[in-house]
Amino acid sequence: MSIILDKVNYIYGSETAYELHALKDINLVIEDGQFIGIIGHTGSGKSTLIQHFNGLIKPTSGSIYYNGEDISDSDFNKKKLRSKVGLVFQYPEHQLFEVNVFEDVCFGPRNLGLSEKEAQLRAYEALKMVGFEEDLFYQSPFELSGGQKRRVAIAGVLAMKPDILILDEPTAGLDPKGRDEILEQIKTLHETTNMTVILVSHSMEDVAKYVDRLIVMNQGEVKYDDTPKEVFGHYLELEEMGLAAPQVTYIMNRLREKNIPVNVNVTTIEEAKEEILRVFKNR
Amino acid sequence: MIRDITIGQYYPKDSVIHKLDPRTKLVGTLAYIISLFLFNNFLGYIVVTLFLVGVIKASQVPFRFIIKGLKAIIMLLMITVLFNLFLTKGTPLVEFWIFTITKEGLRISLFMAIRLIYLIIGSSMMTLTTTPNQLTDGLESLLGPLKKIKVPVHEIAMMMSIALRFIPILLEETDKIMKAQIARGADFESGNLVKKAKSLVPLLVPLFISAFRRANDLAMAMEARCYSGGEGRTKMKPLLYQVNDYRAYAIFVLYFAAIIAMEIVL
Ligand SMILES: Nc1ncnc2c1ncn2[C@@H]1O[C@H](COP(=O)(O)OP(=O)(O)OP(=O)(O)O)[C@@H](O)[C@H]1O
Ligand SMILES: [Mg+2]
Repeated sequence: MSIILDKVNYIYGSETAYELHALKDINLVIEDGQFIGIIGHTGSGKSTLIQHFNGLIKPTSGSIYYNGEDISDSDFNKKKLRSKVGLVFQYPEHQLFEVNVFEDVCFGPRNLGLSEKEAQLRAYEALKMVGFEEDLFYQSPFELSGGQKRRVAIAGVLAMKPDILILDEPTAGLDPKGRDEILEQIKTLHETTNMTVILVSHSMEDVAKYVDRLIVMNQGEVKYDDTPKEVFGHYLELEEMGLAAPQVTYIMNRLREKNIPVNVNVTTIEEAKEEILRVFKNR
Repeated sequence: MIRDITIGQYYPKDSVIHKLDPRTKLVGTLAYIISLFLFNNFLGYIVVTLFLVGVIKASQVPFRFIIKGLKAIIMLLMITVLFNLFLTKGTPLVEFWIFTITKEGLRISLFMAIRLIYLIIGSSMMTLTTTPNQLTDGLESLLGPLKKIKVPVHEIAMMMSIALRFIPILLEETDKIMKAQIARGADFESGNLVKKAKSLVPLLVPLFISAFRRANDLAMAMEARCYSGGEGRTKMKPLLYQVNDYRAYAIFVLYFAAIIAMEIVL
């Protein structure tokens, strides 16, 4: 169970005046069970990249393999791939259309050809998984708050029981509380189901806390692909790309400059606290 | 996938033709189209060809973009040519079965084809070098006198430019929603007509909602900036003729005169 990208290039509007080389020679292996973050500034090609994972976009050149099968082969079952690689788009609430929340979440499983009973069961489970309140199940999806809509949309993909869940900026436009709740739920999901999760984000703080592998995109290329700690070690280069390491990285580096022997390799506030306390206790 | 269709097909470049005032280009294109039907001699074709080649060279638009527009009229072109070829009476040139090709037919169909092609190329030269917004601006200004007889020229132009502005946005939105539903297993291609129509619901509902939301936002934003129609409205970039525009008009007049003179003399 893996996705392999081999020298993938993608050009928007090729052969027109607006040609745009959005992805350049991308080589990636997505292993099972990982929690991966993809980060990069606006327009760096994150959304373009993830749409390749479930075959929504065909690469201009290069190949993509899912479990060893080339997904551009004519006899490859794309529908199956899409049910196994669930993709939640940026602003997924824009795709809601049914009369009520429950029906909307049933849309995915029904498309898989499941029985009505199975589809409803899955919809119920999925809505529970994203922490959606039961008394709103039969509300029109258009009458919900932004955060609630986002959950419904995520549930709509979860109900298809994918092996790999890809979320494109699931927290865009949410308040800090809504953001933390959604991210926590995704983390719980990852831990309980051992699903592979790919999280696209702008915010270093978000990804630092959750992911165990971080892919940094810059102008259509993969710039770093490593553990968050290693990646944040390049915080000066990240800055040049218009990104920033988490604030604790800056604090720890500053402390180091002042000859306080802290380990700069921490990524979350919690770890930073422990590290600083440790150093001070040893004095 | 859908974004590949570009409406208006503007080709961004910084050429002399691009910088001309849209009014000049509109009037020029009109004059050019009329001129195509004014002459009927061989020399005329040479003059028109020279003129067209000159404009294309000056516009710096690659030739393959210009002939793209021709694809749309290929059917029309074929039919015109075939009808003229086989149905014109005159001195027979070739005869087989029930068909006769006459000398006159050959001549007429050939010239007809050239005229049609030149017509399309000429008008795409305008759309390739002028943004849709400039075009509506130009139209508004040219049709300005109609305001005197109570035609709401400004409002019509505003509606046109908003509609043009929204086409790419809605196309992009359609593309996004379609992809999002495909990711949820939707199938827009297979099945019979009823099934296909049904499968459009998950696409159309979100699309309409988003269109209404955008329209609402736009109306609000316009109102917040005190938009109240054309009355007393000034422009940030009023259309002003530059030296090049006068030169262009001079060239048009010369070209037009040449075509007419030839027709009279020859
Ligand atoms: N449908 C499209 N047609 C043409 N160009 C596109 C299209 N979608 C994206 N692009 C361009 O491709 C580049 C990469 O876009 P992409 O959406 O992948 O960026 P991103 O990293 O997801 O950005 P963001 O953080 O803003 O979502 C951008 O320069 C964008 O303008
Ligand atoms: Mg994006």
